[in-house]
Amino acid sequence: MVPLNWYIGLSIVIFSLGVIGFLTRRNILIMLMSVELMLNAVNISLVAFSHYLQDLRGQVLVVFIITVAAAEAAIGLAILVSLYRNKGSVHTDTLTEMKG
Amino acid sequence: MDQYLLLPLLPLAAFILNITLGGGLFKNKAHWIAIPAVAGSFILAVLCFIDAVQGKVVNENVFTWIASGTFQVSFGFLIDRLTAVMLIVVTSVSLLVHIYSVGYMHGDKGYYRFFSYLSLFTFSMLMLVMSNNLLQLYFGWEAVGLCSYFLIGFWYEKKSASDAGKKAFIVNRFGDFGFGLGVIMIFLYLGSLQYADVFARVGTLQGQTVSLLGYQVDLITLIALLLFCGAAGKSAQFPLHVWLPDAMEGPTPVSALIHAATMVTAGVFMVARFNPLFILSETAMHVVALTGAFTCLFAASIALVQNDIKRVIAYSTVSQLGYMFMACGVGAFGAGVFHLYTHAFFKALLFLGAGSVMHAMSGGLDIREMGGLKKFMPVTYWTFLIASISIAGIPGLAGFFSKDEILWLAYNGGTVGKIAWLTGTLVAAITAFYSFRLIFVAFHGKFRGTHEQEHHLHESPSSMTVPLMILAIGAVAAGWVGVPAVLGGSNWIGHFFEPVLGHPHVSGGHEDEWMVMGVSVAGALGGIFLAWVMYSWKPALSDALMERMKGVHRVLLNKYYIDEFYDLVIVRPAMWLSTNVLMAITDGKIIEGIVNGVPKSIGNFGERLRKLQTGSVQHYGVVMALGLVVVLAVVTVWVLP
Repeated sequence: MVPLNWYIGLSIVIFSLGVIGFLTRRNILIMLMSVELMLNAVNISLVAFSHYLQDLRGQVLVVFIITVAAAEAAIGLAILVSLYRNKGSVHTDTLTEMKG
Repeated sequence: MDQYLLLPLLPLAAFILNITLGGGLFKNKAHWIAIPAVAGSFILAVLCFIDAVQGKVVNENVFTWIASGTFQVSFGFLIDRLTAVMLIVVTSVSLLVHIYSVGYMHGDKGYYRFFSYLSLFTFSMLMLVMSNNLLQLYFGWEAVGLCSYFLIGFWYEKKSASDAGKKAFIVNRFGDFGFGLGVIMIFLYLGSLQYADVFARVGTLQGQTVSLLGYQVDLITLIALLLFCGAAGKSAQFPLHVWLPDAMEGPTPVSALIHAATMVTAGVFMVARFNPLFILSETAMHVVALTGAFTCLFAASIALVQNDIKRVIAYSTVSQLGYMFMACGVGAFGAGVFHLYTHAFFKALLFLGAGSVMHAMSGGLDIREMGGLKKFMPVTYWTFLIASISIAGIPGLAGFFSKDEILWLAYNGGTVGKIAWLTGTLVAAITAFYSFRLIFVAFHGKFRGTHEQEHHLHESPSSMTVPLMILAIGAVAAGWVGVPAVLGGSNWIGHFFEPVLGHPHVSGGHEDEWMVMGVSVAGALGGIFLAWVMYSWKPALSDALMERMKGVHRVLLNKYYIDEFYDLVIVRPAMWLSTNVLMAITDGKIIEGIVNGVPKSIGNFGERLRKLQTGSVQHYGVVMALGLVVVLAVVTVWVLP
């Protein structure tokens, strides 16, 4: 039996990887993947706590999060594709229209 | 009731039609709207006059105009004998001027605009004379001033015309300021603006004083003088006369209608209308009489040397208005209004005649370039001559009867009256002189203009000459209603006005009356003779005299330098204040400072704020993550335990 701490540790590591990836990479595709990473880190901790507390609500929530993440990925990728077609690049440094 | 309402509304309707549709629809047929309207008003005015002769007095309120607490003003009509005569004067002269304008303004690009302003003026003037309360009078008063401004500056592309319009408007502000204060004081002390109430209660003010700048001033005198301020402005009396000669920049029919026959007499009408108030204050009466007498002499002396035909007539108007005030000031309100009525005809005729001359001279106004016009334009000549004889006061014509009535009643009016009489008699001679100077210089002798102008000389079209002829009949016959008793008449008009304007005091006998009449007629004949000698028989004489009295001539030619004086004392300081204080400091620094400063500081703030918006998702992400850390830290450290 793997103790809860390990799951939490794994979740923290993956989440941190996601955050660092999101903040440091300039490629939007990578940033999207980092976001997915963060979401899944949360999923791990949810499932772990669900098992630990013997409460199925955590796992139900995970199913929702996966659904939302799938939808988000679909939309995000679609935007990404059209962005690339219009700009010829998916690098955030070249996308400065919103700069004040 | 309805017919009285229709009287001013007909010209108003014509104005609305012409101003809205004139430019597109009527164009050079605008007179087909304006003339029938004013003709309708004229017919109604005649009906009113017939009623008034039978002694009918209409005093009705049509509707409530303003109701605010105790301040009640209704919109109503008072048609008594004074109003009835004014109605006849206004509508008849207006009608003739309308007809004349068809010829005079032919081909002008503002044709419809001209007729709409004339209609608006007629409406306003009718409102002024028909009003039964002070506020409506004030409304008409300002509205005629506005029309006068429009029409003086009718040819607004011309700088001198638009300047003259502004001058007329601004000078009138000075007078109207006093008039407005007078109206307010009447309401404050009498609680009503209806003539009937005011005249009924005015006696209660007798003996009351009011503190003004530390002095105790008689209340009635103060009110009367404030009202007279307005009258002096509108009727171009001495300190405020400067606008009227400049107003001649407007089209000549306007000069005839507004600046000779009707609007400028509004002041006289107002003083006559308020005779129950004025007679209670001896001081105010003296001021009115002496202002009138002074203006009369002052303006006549300027008219002696002017070379612009319209300006001579304009100064003559100022002078004749002085006569009317002189009459009012000595208590002869009836005589004043009688002169107003005869003056309207012969002065309108003089102006329209001058317009006809201008028409032939292609706009030339200088009498030194005219001469010998008699044979080119006989109708204009004869009608002009009739008007001149009338204004000179030769027995039998209109001007004689009214002028003689004024002089005779002034003679009976105590010390001030005697001064007025002496001035008036002297001015009668001067008037005859300058009127006939015009006749001899412009119409007799040889033509002195260019050859081209001479070739162009012609009599005016019949739309212009017919009004001249009709007015000439008026200039001859208008006075026959006031033939004095010594000449076998009954002075019908004097008795006609008695219910409204009172009965002037007469102490002298028939011999005195003959003397007064004889002196003024002799003066007038002397003036005409002198004019003939100097300008027809021996023209060298006038040049020699001009040479001898160079200084006097220059002062008169420059109108006593009054304009220059006002320019120095009022206009320049006002301009200085405007440009250096109001424009540079108030507007430039304070207002612009606020107006520009507020957006500038907001802009600066925004400039700094926009630095936060880098447009880079990562920055937002960092801030979000750090924010989350802070929130979590706060929750774990302070909230949870």
